[in-house]
Amino acid sequence: MKALIVGEYRQGRLQAGTYETLAFAQQLGAEAVMFAVGSDAELPRFAGRLYLADAAACGEYNPAVHKALLLEVIARENPDLIVLCHSSYGWDLAPRLALALKAAQVSEVVDVEEGAFVVPACNAKLRRRIRPQSARTVVTLQAGAFGLTGEPAGSPELERIAGSAAGDVEFAGYEAAEKGEVDLTRAEVIVSAGRGVGKPENVDVIAGLARAFGGELGASRPVVDAGWVDHSRQVGTTGQTVAPKLYVACGISGAIQHLAGMKKSGFVVAINKDKDAPIGEVADVLVVADVLQLAPALTAALQG
Amino acid sequence: MKILVCIKQVPDMESRFKIDPSGTWYATTDLAWRMNEYDEYAVEQAVQLKEKLGGAPELMVVSIGPDRVKEAMKKALAMGCDKGVHICDPQSWEKGPFEVASFLAEYAQQERFDLILTGMQSQDRGSAQVGVLLAEMLEIPAVTTIVDFSHQDGAVTVRRELEGGLKAVVKVKLPALFTCQLGLNTPRYPTLPNIMKAKKKELITLPIADLLQAEPLAVTERVFPPQKKGGGLVLEGEVGVLAGQLLGILKEKTTVFK
Repeated sequence: MKALIVGEYRQGRLQAGTYETLAFAQQLGAEAVMFAVGSDAELPRFAGRLYLADAAACGEYNPAVHKALLLEVIARENPDLIVLCHSSYGWDLAPRLALALKAAQVSEVVDVEEGAFVVPACNAKLRRRIRPQSARTVVTLQAGAFGLTGEPAGSPELERIAGSAAGDVEFAGYEAAEKGEVDLTRAEVIVSAGRGVGKPENVDVIAGLARAFGGELGASRPVVDAGWVDHSRQVGTTGQTVAPKLYVACGISGAIQHLAGMKKSGFVVAINKDKDAPIGEVADVLVVADVLQLAPALTAALQG
Repeated sequence: MKILVCIKQVPDMESRFKIDPSGTWYATTDLAWRMNEYDEYAVEQAVQLKEKLGGAPELMVVSIGPDRVKEAMKKALAMGCDKGVHICDPQSWEKGPFEVASFLAEYAQQERFDLILTGMQSQDRGSAQVGVLLAEMLEIPAVTTIVDFSHQDGAVTVRRELEGGLKAVVKVKLPALFTCQLGLNTPRYPTLPNIMKAKKKELITLPIADLLQAEPLAVTERVFPPQKKGGGLVLEGEVGVLAGQLLGILKEKTTVFK
């Protein structure tokens, strides 16, 4: 079996997820060939062939051009599998490839079982095993689902490919996140509010608990999107990645994007009415309760 | 200008899911259904653009599924869409992204929309494929995961959400398709008068048999609950007791009180 793994560069830097695609190929026992639109300044540690297009010429986001380059490489290498990260780069590019190749695409793979791919469904409450019926398959991998055994090593055998900058969209640059009110990565205790707190006024209850712990208030995405809490307090893939000694998730169901931002915490307490909430998967203690009743009781106990 | 919004009806994600007797999907009985959350942002963006352009654009909403999906479509109509097209398919749950996109493309091809908006993914299947596939089939540009949208004279500037708080600014000329991320805007609640008005709006049903059937590219072999990791302690009971229990555990297992 041969796998074409698609590396990822952003702002000239190789993205760590690239090694997860490599780990996936390794786990399947597949021969790996790599493709990337990137730069010589930072090459992946990989002992195999790397088809490299210059991001300065092609643009880091230029899906039509990246697709065309990949199709060229696929014609030359004839891989069985094309592997991308399930990231803003991967989920944008993968369906374009799949359609051009008349291939099945399996999104957000977390496991391989009997040669088929396992993906999450319904906010990680279910798993689904999918078997492609096409000659080739495109897969995207959930961040963190596959890890290399041992450090990546080696230098790639470089094969340069050239593409034009012409695409159907114009990439006009990056915008960094605004500097917010707090740096959560320094907090020893984070108490986060999720959708389960119900309404904006109730965020104060969670903030009170955070203060009682001598910690900081965090939040999950829906609460930030609703404008109840500042974006600088968002924990997760598109917010901050934190690892406090204690993380208390209040009314947070545990979407994968949130879990990715907090699962390295020392000790995780989840307070949730839903015993089946996916947050339970990473919690050391799951307290099945209404957070609006438990949080004040906890605050009082801490102050008492 | 013609605008299309593609929406899906999904179960409330707070539901307790049971496996269907076929073993290949969740049981669809005893569930509360709603509009896919990502799609609400797509509907809102389309309605905002229609309002900005003085109500001139024709705004269509399309959905595939059994009869009940008309409830989600009525919400989209009450939010401000003009007309609905319901592609009636009781078996839509077993269709993959490629098949769903093929149906949508066959419908959209004839209508020649200037702008198509979809959610970036559905909450139940979460493949994040249908929007991009549809654009590729129609041979128009697609930009995914947008959190900001502005339109000026047939050109659109969007911000794509990347990882770690970074955004990419992307400019596109219409016709084009965009997939909407949470937080793009604040979806409105339909008002009672608008709910009443929506009842009179046109909602056409298109039987799935009238569309070309694509061969599935993949099959679902089984659906199952994830294995519990184990080790995590579950506390249940009276709130006052729970608070004391939890603090006891934290004192023993963590160093935050030292």
